[in-house]
Amino acid sequence: MKQSTIQYKLVMAGTGLFLCFFLVIHLLGNLQLLLSPAEAKEQFNWYSHLLAGNMGIKIISWVLLISIIAHAVYALILALKTKKANGTKYAYDKRADVSPWTSRNMGLLGTVILVFLVIHLKDFWYVSDFTTMTLDKQGYKDMYSVVVLTFHEWWYVLIYEVSFIAVGFHLLHGFFSAARTLGLYHPKYVKLVRYTGWVYTAFITGGFMLIPIVVYFNN
Amino acid sequence: MKIYLKIWRQDNPASPGQMKDYQLDDVSQDMSFLEMMDLLNESLIQKSERVVEFDHDCREGICGQCGMMINGRAHGPLTHTTTCQLHMRSFKDGDTIYIEPFRAAAFPIVRDLKVDRKAFDKIIQAGGFISASTGETPEANGILIAHAIAEAAFDAAACIGCGACVATCKNSSADLFTSAKITQLALLPQGQIERTERVIAMVDQMDAEGFGHCSNTEACEVECPQEISVLHIARMNYEYNKAQLVQH
Repeated sequence: MKQSTIQYKLVMAGTGLFLCFFLVIHLLGNLQLLLSPAEAKEQFNWYSHLLAGNMGIKIISWVLLISIIAHAVYALILALKTKKANGTKYAYDKRADVSPWTSRNMGLLGTVILVFLVIHLKDFWYVSDFTTMTLDKQGYKDMYSVVVLTFHEWWYVLIYEVSFIAVGFHLLHGFFSAARTLGLYHPKYVKLVRYTGWVYTAFITGGFMLIPIVVYFNN
Repeated sequence: MKIYLKIWRQDNPASPGQMKDYQLDDVSQDMSFLEMMDLLNESLIQKSERVVEFDHDCREGICGQCGMMINGRAHGPLTHTTTCQLHMRSFKDGDTIYIEPFRAAAFPIVRDLKVDRKAFDKIIQAGGFISASTGETPEANGILIAHAIAEAAFDAAACIGCGACVATCKNSSADLFTSAKITQLALLPQGQIERTERVIAMVDQMDAEGFGHCSNTEACEVECPQEISVLHIARMNYEYNKAQLVQH
């Protein structure tokens, strides 16, 4: 069946909101890294072990992977459709004056995030699932030391920080845009969703940005 | 005042077209933008050159015929304004003004600044109507409509179909245009009978015409001469999603 542009957007909105939800859980878990090194090590390794052994988490992680791929593939399809719909470019284009930068650059921001995800998955998922890891004194994989080692170099912290800024701008537009695509049109709730989006974005972006810096200075 | 113009010239839909330079030495600040274009065309006629073709009709901002990209903005530098309601006082002596047609694959160029907006008509033909028998005028209180609903429907109906929403959209989306008509009819009791079929037919036609998707940049609302709200787009999405769930 041929999909309409709205159906494409629904896939973007659905997967996007699922990823938004995931980010909350991901951040809440990771906030344990803000504890003092000794405490964080014990807590975080226990938490990582808990997640790794849980079947539900495994299923969610597959849904997560599918969501990321679907979100990226559909974005690419829509970008190609747009290229076709636009036709000839304007010789002089000032259309950017009338819309926010983020709303026009979701593709660019998304690409930065995708590149970051490859780095991020290599840093942690690959190391924990595909390499032999040292165990801590509780007998759990020592994920905390992997985190510390990753954020040992300042420039690596910087890569993460820049990526989180891209995530932040992506969320700023994505969150409210998804609500619109789903059909939220009541002026009162539209406003509420926009404010919620701002608070959500500030929480997620701020939280994630804090962690590498704290880990860097704590160790 | 002196005005330098860079205008898109294209002989026919198939020819390539290019930006050409013109100069007007005696433009009055009181002229409307289209009067300035008339002045240019008169000078071209005197030189026996082909005039710059552009669409226009009422020249009082209500018909939706005129529309150009002026200095990279749909209908020029002002917001919520048609091209004909733009005046030369918005420009300075010695300014260079870029004038291009509204661009979108679904709006093929007929000649110069004139584009074919038939795609809009086809979207309306797909469902932007009610199949009511047109007998005698019914009793005025026969169908009661709350004032707020009537106003909201009228706000949506105010769309003049100029195409600025498509031209300013980074995706060349016709969502604002299509959604305005869908909302207008979805709000009124007369529109209920074909509500489900209408939204699906009109969205499908919009896609078939080759318009892009909506990214919610909200640029269209800024340029729209009638200030049609982007919330109509959200409402169209709601109508569409609901129709997908309930259609047979």
